[in-house]
Amino acid sequence: MTLQTTAPRNARILSVGGYRPPRVVPNSEIVDRIDSTDEWIQQRTGIMTRHIASADESLVDMAEKAARLAISRAGLTPEDIDTVIFATITYPYQAPSAATEVLTRLGNTHAAAFDLSAACAGFCYGVALANDLVRNRTANNVLVIGGEKLSDFTDPDDRATAFIFADGAGAVVIGASETVGIAPTVWGANAETRDAITMQPSWIDYKQDPSADIKWPDISQQGQTVFRWAVYEMAPVGLKALEAAGITPDQLDAFIPHQANERIIDSLAKSMKLPESVAIARDIRTTGNTSAASIPLAMDALLAEHPELHGKTALLIGFGAGLVFAGQVVELPPVPKK
Amino acid sequence: MALTQDAVLAGIKEIVVEVAGIDAGIIAMDKKFSDDLDVDSLSMVEVVVAAEEKFGVKIPDEEVTKMATVGDAVNYIVANA
Repeated sequence: MTLQTTAPRNARILSVGGYRPPRVVPNSEIVDRIDSTDEWIQQRTGIMTRHIASADESLVDMAEKAARLAISRAGLTPEDIDTVIFATITYPYQAPSAATEVLTRLGNTHAAAFDLSAACAGFCYGVALANDLVRNRTANNVLVIGGEKLSDFTDPDDRATAFIFADGAGAVVIGASETVGIAPTVWGANAETRDAITMQPSWIDYKQDPSADIKWPDISQQGQTVFRWAVYEMAPVGLKALEAAGITPDQLDAFIPHQANERIIDSLAKSMKLPESVAIARDIRTTGNTSAASIPLAMDALLAEHPELHGKTALLIGFGAGLVFAGQVVELPPVPKK
Repeated sequence: MALTQDAVLAGIKEIVVEVAGIDAGIIAMDKKFSDDLDVDSLSMVEVVVAAEEKFGVKIPDEEVTKMATVGDAVNYIVANA
């Protein structure tokens, strides 16, 4: 007996939308608790300000705003979305997923929906999955959200992390296309270094001894180890992604890496020998590191600043806790329909 | 072939000039990366990554923290390349 399947088709990013909570927090508000300075933070990371959500603004509140913007810019309605992938590490419930909460917010409760845990690489993992789902006709319009409320999981007294992490959400809609809009993804892990970024302890530690003085599972990071991994390992990933797309660095229009640290961004651009003509996203300066949200937020900001980049090629690279990574070349979304 | 101290120092000079954007003339064996050459901890990581590539040597994180001067780095590379 022979089974039937569908004929592959092409997919692309139809639209992008970003949401940043209104409260802007400058370095000056953070430095006293960590005995640091504005100058030091800017020099080490490029970060000048970041957005922090209020206590009553949830992760899904932010995600819904980004999602609605992306859906309307694609000229679609929430009913047109048949799959939601939510990349996040800061949804404070084990189950059900953040993606299904998004469904209820959108008034479309029947789409396939799931969360994706790949930390700062989560958005690029989501793009990879959405591309394959659309290519193979499992889905028609996939909403990929990267969203984080890292302020809930960052210790304001931790000198290694307090100035880095921030809040926000970004979303894209990925749908069918006449031409190739998303080139093959290059991805993988270096899990031997999985202790470099953690959120511990586990739920079980609380269950076994509720009376013990167990700390909240704030994010912790071995900054130099992660920095070294990123500058050493991610440039080859970017070059492989370009090769997989069949283009050379001089044919690239934009570089939108995960916004972890501006010095990582500079180092990668240099190592890959990207020409001056490539626009480089530096959203980290005013947004901080928003983990899974950083690439769609940076994409949205770059397109707002450079509208001529709509429809042009961009290299995306996500990398983070795991340590995991994913990179792909995409065609940036066209000028919004709305 | 074993690397000479002069060859490694010349290579380190090139790397530090590239990473820190300083004049090669002020780089010498006794100069401290952080105090004399404006190489902070993250720049030091970039120097180390570049040196590993250039000299085909592995420099573990715990060794990096011990490298206060250019001479410390040069001697480690000469001994371990």
